[in-house]
Parts: sequence; C-alpha cells; structure tokens
Amino acid sequence: MLETSHLQCVRGNRTIFRDVSFAVRPGDCFRLTGPNGSGKTSLLRMLCGLLTPACGSIQWRGTAIQRLGEEYLSEISYLGHRPGIKDELTALENLRVSCGLSGIELSHRAAASALERLGLSGRMNLPARFLSEGERRRAAIARLVVGRSTLWLLDEVMTSLDREAVDSIQLMIEDHLSDGGMAIVATHQDLKLSGSFQRIELAA
Amino acid sequence: MSKPSHMVMLRWLLWREFTLAWRRKSDVMAMLAFFVIVASVFPLGMDPDSRLLRTIAPGVVWVSALLASILGVGRLFGSDYTDGTLEQMLVTPQPLLLIVSGKILAQWLMTGIPLVVISPLLAMQFGLPAGGTRMLVVSLIAGIPILNLIGAIGASLTLGVRGGGAIVALIVLPLCVPVLVFGAGGNASLIGAVLALTLVFAPWAAASALRIAVE
Repeated sequence: MLETSHLQCVRGNRTIFRDVSFAVRPGDCFRLTGPNGSGKTSLLRMLCGLLTPACGSIQWRGTAIQRLGEEYLSEISYLGHRPGIKDELTALENLRVSCGLSGIELSHRAAASALERLGLSGRMNLPARFLSEGERRRAAIARLVVGRSTLWLLDEVMTSLDREAVDSIQLMIEDHLSDGGMAIVATHQDLKLSGSFQRIELAA
Repeated sequence: MSKPSHMVMLRWLLWREFTLAWRRKSDVMAMLAFFVIVASVFPLGMDPDSRLLRTIAPGVVWVSALLASILGVGRLFGSDYTDGTLEQMLVTPQPLLLIVSGKILAQWLMTGIPLVVISPLLAMQFGLPAGGTRMLVVSLIAGIPILNLIGAIGASLTLGVRGGGAIVALIVLPLCVPVLVFGAGGNASLIGAVLALTLVFAPWAAASALRIAVE
C-alpha cells in the first residue's frame, strides 16, 4: 500500500536521514523511534505531503503521493506535535469543524459519542482553553475515531496522556489494524499492542 | 459516510472564521476603531480649511483603510499556524486554493464590509458632498477586497517570521500603491481591473507561500 524508497531529508544544509525505505501493508503497524532531532517528525510530515523529500519517493498503491494529491490525503489522518485545537472553540466544535474542513459533515451526535469514548463526557462544551494539555490531546485524537482513513500517522500522540488514555489509544490502534488499517506511530514511550509491530529506527 | 465535498468545507470554514472572530470581538473592533481614529486625526493636524479638507478626504479615508486592513492581516493565518490547525488544513483532502480563498472571503466579510459601512461617516467629517461620498464608497467597495487579497499574500509570506507584523506592512504597502492611486482618484474601472487581476493571482500566490511556510 504505502511504499517509500531511499527517502532523504535535508533541513538547512544538514542531512537528517538518508536511505529510509519501508513498505506498509494493510494491518501493519510501524513504530518510529530515534533520538531527538533524528527526523521522526520530518519523516511523518513527508508521508503526509507537508514536506518534500530531497531524494527518494513515496508511493501509495503504486502511485506517487504528489500525483494522487487529495485522493491520497482523504485516506490518511495525521496528528502532529501540536494538537490543532482552537482555544476559542469547544472540544465538540473543534471536532465538527475539523471534519467539516475535510469536507465531511459530522453530526452533533456522532461527535459527542466520539468524545465520550475518549473520556471527555462532561467537558466537551467547554472552550478548549479551559482544558488541560491531556484533554486537548484527547480531543484531537477523537478525529481518528470519526474519520475513516486507512493510514494513521501519529506523532508523539501519547505525550501528556494518563495511563488510561494511553491504553485506550493502543486499543484504538489495534482495532484499526484489525480492520485492515495501517499506522505509523512515532513515540518515545512503549507501544503495547496485542499483535506484533515493526520498527523504523532513525539514527542521530 | 459521504464523499468529501467542497461546499461542506466552505460552509464550515466560514462558520469557523465567524465564530472565532465573534469570540475574539476585540480584534475586529480594534481594527475599526483604528480606522476611525486615523482618519479623524488627519484634519486635526492641518489647516482647518474646509476646501482643503474636502480635497484630501478620499485620500485620507483610503490611506486609513489601507493601514487598518494591514493591522488585521497578521491574524489571517498567524494563530492557525501556531496552534497547528493550519497544518491540519493542509492535510485535508481539499484544495488549498479553496481554503485560502475561503479565508480571504471571510476576512473581507468581517473587516472589509464594516470599513465600507463606516466610511460615509468619516467622509461627513470632512464635509465631502454627497456625490464625492458616493464615489468614495464605490471605490472602497471594489478596492477593499484588493487590500484583503494582497494582505493575504503578505500574511502567508511572513508566516513564522519574527517581527512579521512590520514586514507585512513593508511587503503589502508598496503592492497597494496602484490601488491607492486609482481608489483615491475615484477611477472605478481601473480598480475593477486590478480587482480582477488580484482575484486570480493573489489566492494562488498566498497558497504557494503557505506551503513553503509550513514546510
């Protein structure tokens, strides 16, 4: 499904990584590890088309992602370092807006149940600036629940989450994989999945 | 679930921009107050000759509108960039050109239209006759969207740059000179031509600059 070959990342005049090649197939999970500054975020941003690789190619079902454009973007979900939550909007509004911006109408009901699943039951109508860091993170993760993308690109999504939330995300990833989904998870924390996962190790 | 639709996206984008502006009312209010104050201090600084005031009125109102619109330009993408929502918009299956155009449209509806509505009151301060006021309003109706469009280019070029506010002004002001000349001169057809030109090129330029800024 997703194949990369000989990816190279150059920031400024520093080569961050080179020759990164891997293939992700339905049901696969990759854990992306490496010390700070080894290019984990850059690699994920390349995979969602925000960053152009200096060298190498990324292909989705055999076609370069640059050529697929929106067709590819409709199949991925990317959660970055910054949760992408607007302080002035409530968690519920944030979720509905972010679905709306990708062109999909999400009902109030569906949004509320996704947020409940992430343990935000009593707080989904508060402006997000009153939420804690972990709660904002949960509100961002709710996007994965309501979307139906095939490939999840998760960048340190488990930071500032409590044990319970980490467990529920790992369950979500497992569910997603058993439905034939794919995930690439950059994290410093341990990933506990019932199935196996592969690693991409970036050197410093 | 249905297929992603552009109309749904535009509707939500406008809803989002309006809701955010409504919950941060002070931003828009500050811009409008700035517009009124700048236009009002000009007469205080010069000879209170009513003929002179009438002559300079269109120019003063135009310059004030230009400065006020630059004041608001940094917010177009700035906060979305810092909280990561801009990045999320770039990975949605929607054309960036449409997102940028939608944001400019919202900016115009929220700041441009109030500027036009206030301008006759300012013209009154200068004792501009009805005919002159009408001409001023028409030129502002056609000209302010141009300021918003050019402002969007400046905003996306300076995204993430330290001290971006001053640089935006340095980029946008020279680009707005033609609008100012035609606008204050009351040359409606030339403004229309510039509007058509910027409508085509500005969103595209802003979208390309955004891609680079986020990379």
